[in-house]
Amino acid sequence: MQWANAVVQGVILGGLYALLAAGLSLMFGVMRLVNLAHGALAIVAAYLGMVLVNKTGLPPFATLLIVVPVMALVGWVLQRTLLNTALNRQSLAPILVTFGLAVIIQNLLLEIFTADNQSIDVGSLAGASIQITPDIAVGVFPLITFIVGVLVIAGLQLYLAKTTTGRAMRATSDDREAAALMGIDHRNLYALATAIAIGLVGLAGVFLGVRTQFNPTFGDVTLIFAFEAVIIGGLGSLWGTLWGGIILGVAQVVGAQAFPSSGVLLGHIVFLLVLAFRPTGLFPKVVNG
Amino acid sequence: MALLEIENIDVFYGDVQAIFDVSLSIEEGQTLAVIGANGAGKSTLLKSIAGLCTPATGEIRFNGERINDVPPHRRVPLGIALTPEGRRIFPSLTLEENLLVGAHTKRSGYWNLSTLYETFPLLADRKSRLGTNASGGEQQAAAIARALMSNPRILLLDEVSLGLAPVVVEQIYAALPAIVEQGTTVLVVEQDVNQAMKVSDRVQCLLDGRTVLEGKPSELSRERIASAFFGI
Repeated sequence: MQWANAVVQGVILGGLYALLAAGLSLMFGVMRLVNLAHGALAIVAAYLGMVLVNKTGLPPFATLLIVVPVMALVGWVLQRTLLNTALNRQSLAPILVTFGLAVIIQNLLLEIFTADNQSIDVGSLAGASIQITPDIAVGVFPLITFIVGVLVIAGLQLYLAKTTTGRAMRATSDDREAAALMGIDHRNLYALATAIAIGLVGLAGVFLGVRTQFNPTFGDVTLIFAFEAVIIGGLGSLWGTLWGGIILGVAQVVGAQAFPSSGVLLGHIVFLLVLAFRPTGLFPKVVNG
Repeated sequence: MALLEIENIDVFYGDVQAIFDVSLSIEEGQTLAVIGANGAGKSTLLKSIAGLCTPATGEIRFNGERINDVPPHRRVPLGIALTPEGRRIFPSLTLEENLLVGAHTKRSGYWNLSTLYETFPLLADRKSRLGTNASGGEQQAAAIARALMSNPRILLLDEVSLGLAPVVVEQIYAALPAIVEQGTTVLVVEQDVNQAMKVSDRVQCLLDGRTVLEGKPSELSRERIASAFFGI
């Protein structure tokens, strides 16, 4: 029963990873851009949520109404200024630019908030849980996170598959020049994709900040877990990212059950095995309506 | 006034000059065929009109306005649509989705999904096929239909016949009268001289980036065309 519990908890944790990875997956899918500042931006959102809760007394979920639009705006501006320019240079430029951005953000956060661990207080919700069987209990907040993660992935998938703008994004991802011949301005479309992606990072960051303690350096490990979820699932595939998150979560929790203190390591090993034997991921890109 | 006027353009790819001092003019509703051998500069000419190449000198005017510096995505709303060389169908989209992307600029006009399925019956049966799985002929038909979805004033067709079986080429060219009938100006680039002569009001032959012959198909003898085409 311990093992069943570990799997359930792993799946639930995977929802958080999928939520964290959704924006990364979207940005890669639409513009082949690997955003190394992804984790750092998630931590910015966590701090933003914390400050809002502490200063204004807003309930944590209400802060999302501010954090998500603010982060989306940040994403839009980033893309219109730095990233569109970087994408027009050689392929290494976007990686270097976003890496630099991650370093700058992390140091700014250290400067403002120090290296102390922080968290966002959700009151009684933090400890609430639902008993599923006598041996398995699921935390209410992690369950909410999981559901939000699934909804975000499903929503994004639906957006790309069914809307005019989503279709234009897929077309631009296939062939940017041919898309221009259809009258599509990729710069606007990219800015919109990044706004959505970073808005979702804002959402994920607040959930992360409620779920665990964080500090400015936490962006690195966040990026790695999100990246692993995307790779395991298959680059550019959103459902793949959900499955990737779940597989990573289960590997970590079941791993910790088998070898206490080595759970995260097992997650990395699963990631490396996928990379070695299925480098395109377990669920390669199938994005169509 | 001509719908499209090109005046003495030079176009370069890096240091290599592809087009030398070429001029061209099409009246609205006319069909012009640009013919020439491989590397004559035909595709470059179309790319310059669509905005994918920028001439170093000379001027391109559409509807009387200079468009040299207008980026490609802004030329579509003006009424310029290119069916590019190699078709460039979006592989991860279905053929119908490819057509829908063609309507991005929302220019209104005769062409929409149903009129296009009428004109290209082979597309109607294959509309839910992914671009990547479509045959060459289906891709070519879809590429033309996709361009028409923007209800262009001028349709630029690049090497429609390339790599297709003669039967399929016939099928696709069979749609041309329906397009011209809507008042659309058509500029076709072809290596297949017979096909070009059949469909066009006027022919312009390029050789090594220069215009070497132009005139009405009825007034040009095969010998003159052959010598212009091959430069002999």
